[in-house]
Amino acid sequence: MSNESVTWRRVASRSKLTPNNPLAVEVGDKLIGLYLVDGQVYAIGNLCTHEFALLTEGFVEGEAIECPLHQARFSIKTGKVLSEPADADVPSYPVKVEGDDIYVGV
Amino acid sequence: MDSSSTIVVVGAGQAGYWAVHTLRKQGYGGRVLLIGDEAHPPHERPPLSKQVLKGEAEPPSTWLTTPEKLADLTVEFLPGRCAVALDRHGRTIELQDGTRIGYDRLLLTTGARPRRLNLPGEADAPVFYLRNITDSLALREWLTAGRRLIVIGGGLIGLEVAAAAAARGCAVTVIEAADRLMARVVGPEISAYVAQLHRDRGTEILTGRIPERFERSTDGCRVICRDGGGYDGDLVVVGIGVVPNAELAATAGLKVENGLWVDAFCRTEDPHIWAAGDVTNHFHPLLDRRIRPETWQNAQNQAIAAARNMVAEPQPYADVPWGWSDQLGMNLQVLGMPRSFGDAVARGDPASGSSTLFYLEDDRIAGVNAINAPKDIAVARRLMAANKSIDRRLLADSSVVLRALLS
Repeated sequence: MSNESVTWRRVASRSKLTPNNPLAVEVGDKLIGLYLVDGQVYAIGNLCTHEFALLTEGFVEGEAIECPLHQARFSIKTGKVLSEPADADVPSYPVKVEGDDIYVGV
Repeated sequence: MDSSSTIVVVGAGQAGYWAVHTLRKQGYGGRVLLIGDEAHPPHERPPLSKQVLKGEAEPPSTWLTTPEKLADLTVEFLPGRCAVALDRHGRTIELQDGTRIGYDRLLLTTGARPRRLNLPGEADAPVFYLRNITDSLALREWLTAGRRLIVIGGGLIGLEVAAAAAARGCAVTVIEAADRLMARVVGPEISAYVAQLHRDRGTEILTGRIPERFERSTDGCRVICRDGGGYDGDLVVVGIGVVPNAELAATAGLKVENGLWVDAFCRTEDPHIWAAGDVTNHFHPLLDRRIRPETWQNAQNQAIAAARNMVAEPQPYADVPWGWSDQLGMNLQVLGMPRSFGDAVARGDPASGSSTLFYLEDDRIAGVNAINAPKDIAVARRLMAANKSIDRRLLADSSVVLRALLS
């Protein structure tokens, strides 16, 4: 995604985000999950690509999020699918943090 | 792996699909054939008793793949073909039309079929079983508002059918032989909760009643139970478990006893034959005993393990058994296969709509039943896989974050 096409949207307060408790946010019609890994904020698509489930309801393990329904795993840093039954990645979004504000580029 | 070898997978359900997918993912370059007796592409069955039965989804939504995608994987997909004989000496599979197919390695993912009731009068009564797409669509046609449905068997399938039928406006009666619902997979606390959930939707739940015969009535049929009670319905659905499709293996002399026996590496006693999914009875290293799960998880993950073990360094398959059910807006998830449900520790109150019951054996979690609490399942699965000793007071204390027990 080139920078010119990115629109930054404030989606959450940084102070609300803790390591094992991702936040579900919506930007327009996009469902996005926010994660904190090693002090860094990441944003990836929140819909599992296998069946309808919000990944933020799942289990964070290191840099991976495990779907609450069927245990497909995705990389929090890249959105890449890591294990079955999903076979497609979720989108990854650029993030910037200014003060207590988390912005996601969509 | 030499590209001139042939792997044949018999059974093109969920397990068969994940096996061929995994063979290619592992880089196996030989010939792969996938033979299945259904006309459809490999698909997932859970929606057939839920979304598809309720009319919220159509069969293609259950497909795991398409014939085109299988062709892209260079998998020779033979749908609508039934394997009838296995010649282990000549390493060939014979199909119903007489075709013989040679293999170097064989994977049996032949699944299971509904156990038949076979009661007097059954052949003349409108009795349905539910296993495949055809069954689900046929039953759906009958589940119209006002129809009286009798479900024989208060297990997962029977209750999911009851829930779907109630949602479609049917008057439902569930007849269960045991003294409580889903007695094989959940504890008594959950049985009682689920029974009330169905009763609140107007479904009649009868336990401890054993059907004896069917009688025709003017507008349907009557199920007569051993205690003399009779129940009238327009149709009957029987959900009393499954029988592994192990005849092919048994006839070829492989050990079959409550399923086709495989070890923790998905191997049969024949070094050229592996098996996975519903057909198998496998040794589980963590539980230290043989089990025959009938789950979505086992169909997928045991097949992945078997395919990997056929072409790569063998690793044991030791997933903590897991399954789920969706009924009347409730999500139930079940972990483990406890020998008893006697020692329960509750976390949260079921009446609140979300709670988890842990069943302990020797300070270890042997089973978990979670109602609308999937996050607890994710943690509990890891606690069980690590075989961790558990402080039951912490388990019961909702103010303690469950994942803290992992560290």
